[in-house]
Amino acid sequence: MKKEDFDADKRKIFIICFVCFLFLVYIIRLFTLQVLDNNYKEWANSNAFLNKKRHPSRGVMYDRNDKLLVYNQPSYDVMVVMRETKAFDTLAFCRAINIDMEYFKKKWADVKNRKLNPGYSSYTPQPFLNQLGSKEYGILQESIYKFPGFYLENKTIREYNYPSAAHVLGYIAVADKQNLADDDYYVRGDYIGKTGIEKRYESYLRGTKGVEILLRDAHGRIKGRYEEGIHDQDPIPGKDLTLSLDIDLQAYGEMLMANKLGSIIMIEPKTGEILCMVSSPTYDPSILVGRQFSENFNNLAKDPYTPLINRAMNGKYPPGSTFKPAQALVFLEEDIIQPSTAYSCYVGWPPGNGHPACHGHGSPLALVDALATSCNSYFCWGLKAMLENRKYSSIDDAMNKWRDLMVNQGFGYPLGVDLPGEKQGRIPNGQFYNNIYTKWNPFTIISIAIGQGEVEETPLQICNLVATIANRGYYHVPHVVKKIRDAALDQTYTDKKYTGIHSEHYETVVDGMRKAVTGGTCYGANLPNIEVCGKTGTAENIGKSHSIFMAFAPKDDPKVAISILVENGGYGATYAVPMGRLMIEKYLNGRISESDKGIEDRIKNATILRNVLPKKQNME
Amino acid sequence: MSSPKSKIWSNLDWITVSIYVVMVVAGWFNIYAASYDFDQVSIFDLSGRAGMQMLWIVISVVMGFSLLLIESNWYDIFAYWVYVFLILLLVVTIFVAPDIKGSRSWLVMGPVRLQAAEFAKFATALAIARFMNGYRFELMNVKNFAVILCLILLPLGLILLQKETGSALIFLAFFVMLYREGMPGAIIFTGFCTILFFLIALKLDGMVWGITPLGEYIILVLVLLFIYIMLFTYKKGRTTKYIVFPSMGLIIISMAVSFFVKFNLCHVTLGILALTVLAILTNYIRFGSSRYLYIILFVLFSIVYLYSVDYFFNDVLEPYQQTRVKVALGMIDDPSGAGYNVNQSKIAIGSGGLLGKGYLNGTQTKLKYVPEQDTDFIFCTVGEEEGFLGAGGVLLLFLALIVRLIFLAERQRHRFSRIYGYSVASILTFHVAVNIGMVIGIMPVIGIPLPFFSYGGSSICAFTILLFIFLRLDTSRNR
Repeated sequence: MKKEDFDADKRKIFIICFVCFLFLVYIIRLFTLQVLDNNYKEWANSNAFLNKKRHPSRGVMYDRNDKLLVYNQPSYDVMVVMRETKAFDTLAFCRAINIDMEYFKKKWADVKNRKLNPGYSSYTPQPFLNQLGSKEYGILQESIYKFPGFYLENKTIREYNYPSAAHVLGYIAVADKQNLADDDYYVRGDYIGKTGIEKRYESYLRGTKGVEILLRDAHGRIKGRYEEGIHDQDPIPGKDLTLSLDIDLQAYGEMLMANKLGSIIMIEPKTGEILCMVSSPTYDPSILVGRQFSENFNNLAKDPYTPLINRAMNGKYPPGSTFKPAQALVFLEEDIIQPSTAYSCYVGWPPGNGHPACHGHGSPLALVDALATSCNSYFCWGLKAMLENRKYSSIDDAMNKWRDLMVNQGFGYPLGVDLPGEKQGRIPNGQFYNNIYTKWNPFTIISIAIGQGEVEETPLQICNLVATIANRGYYHVPHVVKKIRDAALDQTYTDKKYTGIHSEHYETVVDGMRKAVTGGTCYGANLPNIEVCGKTGTAENIGKSHSIFMAFAPKDDPKVAISILVENGGYGATYAVPMGRLMIEKYLNGRISESDKGIEDRIKNATILRNVLPKKQNME
Repeated sequence: MSSPKSKIWSNLDWITVSIYVVMVVAGWFNIYAASYDFDQVSIFDLSGRAGMQMLWIVISVVMGFSLLLIESNWYDIFAYWVYVFLILLLVVTIFVAPDIKGSRSWLVMGPVRLQAAEFAKFATALAIARFMNGYRFELMNVKNFAVILCLILLPLGLILLQKETGSALIFLAFFVMLYREGMPGAIIFTGFCTILFFLIALKLDGMVWGITPLGEYIILVLVLLFIYIMLFTYKKGRTTKYIVFPSMGLIIISMAVSFFVKFNLCHVTLGILALTVLAILTNYIRFGSSRYLYIILFVLFSIVYLYSVDYFFNDVLEPYQQTRVKVALGMIDDPSGAGYNVNQSKIAIGSGGLLGKGYLNGTQTKLKYVPEQDTDFIFCTVGEEEGFLGAGGVLLLFLALIVRLIFLAERQRHRFSRIYGYSVASILTFHVAVNIGMVIGIMPVIGIPLPFFSYGGSSICAFTILLFIFLRLDTSRNR
């Protein structure tokens, strides 16, 4: 071996000495920790930290007139530390909290089941039973000393002042596995908003948990607060919300919709604030609170009329004739027609040999009258003229232009309402038809001219369209939350969105919609002292047609835009129009005139429930 | 060339094997204790962590003894291939690994999760040993040293990219082996100074003595002190005394004066430092010895470093690492935040006392106060349940293993085996020092496992491979 220019032996000794020195330091450190220093023993024997979460109160909700809608009330969870339980009178326990023996056994097994309860430890408190009523709480509290290992934990649950607006408000429930994985804030047993405002505004409503650092002994018994609580943090309560809903209007709408399927949406056009959003069938939000939650929830989920779905924004329907004003605006903007342009109609569209059919009225008609009478042929002519116009390079190009202007009016994509799960509807473009047809022409797709065929919209989008018309060319993204205490509303809801269609075109369409009320299809909405502008729709589908109506009022200073859809209600004029009349009256006049009481009775007592099979699982 | 199989068994170092077996079995029992509950599954049940660890131990032992059956020169022959393979694995890991608790180091293959970083250690040790085993190899040849640095820094960097800072730092252990193989002590000394200055600067940050910033002053004096030591070690003689004594005198005088007149001692000391450097520079010009130049370089490096520590701490380290360093230095005390783990683990260990609370009777670990109880903080369970005797015993066991490994390494005739042996000893030392140091609160929280004890298949398999390759090399020491 080559002679090295360093002393390997010395280095070996140095390394060994260094390692020994290191271990000596560690052993001395261990000795001081374990033998000399008694502090740590005391820490452990009498003191160990328990970070006890303190739950903030969840933000409450008011309606637009400051009526309290949702608030909190105390509730109690029963917690159990398995290791501390001793033999006890299970029967007495069950009687105290009003459960039967079987349920007790199941719960007992569930707590220990690591599949259901992955964070299980027999040394720490585990949730045993959620949301004890105050009566059971009183009984259990008195006798809790008989059941070692059981504790009561304070929480709050939701309380509702009105049995209305369940879909908008949403509900809260215990955070599930996915919620826990998504956000570290939540621990098992915490509540989280699951739908509606409760979900969308969860981050505002929930507040921030506080922490109380407690000391406990080796057996888990609480011994007091750590350093007199100087490290504790108070919980920060959630932010209160003021909704744009008018709860009386909402309740009135729900009453009118009773025993029917459908939705009513009213928007204040100038702000985009949603005044009411009725989806029928609905349910009383207070049934999804407390111990009866799962039973009631399961019943609602099984109901074949799907009361858990918010039809106002999750239902997709062909818009029918309510689509015609939007069509007219596109044709006017693209210079396809002039307000004076007249098209012929012979109880049907001549080029289609009478298809689509139309009803009897004078011919030819100009735009205002075509809107007032809801002439199908007029809009078929219009669409054909647009698709065949030489100013576009191809039919695809024309179709895409058409689509863009429709999208600008709020169709085809979710509007961005501040509620989760909004559907986007469907506005086809050229590519869409290239995919389904090898060859297509205006005749192939003519039914979209009258809001049938491939076009789908949500009732919310229909309401937004009418708000856009009321504003003569812009809208605010519809929203249900008007104010968040100490926080600004998202800019999305305060900015104006323009459709890019000139306002003079809107005036023509407004005239048509006014004429529809004064002497056309929606004469039923002609209120004596309010200038209502409206448009009916009769959406054909499998089964009886849906009855649709959209309107705004008053004509020159619009205060409200409304859309109504009654599933299988037949013609627009049959149910939707009178319902719209009552809603507008209720909102603008504050009461229903004596002469309209008869209409009110007829509507609210009507039952239109199609025969449905028990709900299939794949329905949303 | 090849030794008969019987030779392997008689030449095998059974002392090391015994220590190994004691450790893995003790680890297994402690993992069971760490996750023990009164309705706990049995220690053999594969649904529990103890059961899984048993499975891993069996796999490891089988693997370890299989390694003994491989011809010892194969390790030399295949060293680079193994290294290249693991480097590729590390690269792949960076891209495909899912994010698990902020780290991207786990290769998930169905039910098995593999941490390539653990296996990179033995591979790197093999590659370096192979490289340094070359004919007439000179360590301090610039090219050779650069290659070795690359061999170390490549896996280190890749593991850093996986956000496994702890595992990456372990690769610095190779410098201990390099020191044994002739690397100048000055390099280690510089590294040591870097850390020392860093700690002093942070620990004393903001403290003032009169109007002198204390941390800065102490470091400046230390730099001067190191200059004196170096001058006396390398250049004994009159010239040295002419430099050292006046310089030393000036420091003492300036300190004395500062008691009566308020001024910033740092400025004066910087002046003294400048004068000293000037004197050394004159000597360098007169005598031309490169040693003087090294000393001047050391001073310059120290000064630049001193004034950039702030930048390093605030801009290079991640916020969580800053907090950990601060907690370890006792600069912040936060019983519920970053210091929580350490505080709880100290309480658990401290409550163990001399004799411990008895097996399965630990309360602190049972109440789940200590996180990562069966992996990085497994030593807590030992400390709490087996007391000072048990914990000290484990420390001594590790010491015995490491010293034994150094002894075995020294008796190798082949450079390859010796270098590999020293690497094994160094890696184990670093692991134990960092892990136990963290658990007893004298090191920052750097999450690395305790060899042979911590729960985890990758860890135990990798350490078994690391150790048994050396045992195999050792059986052929006479060839």
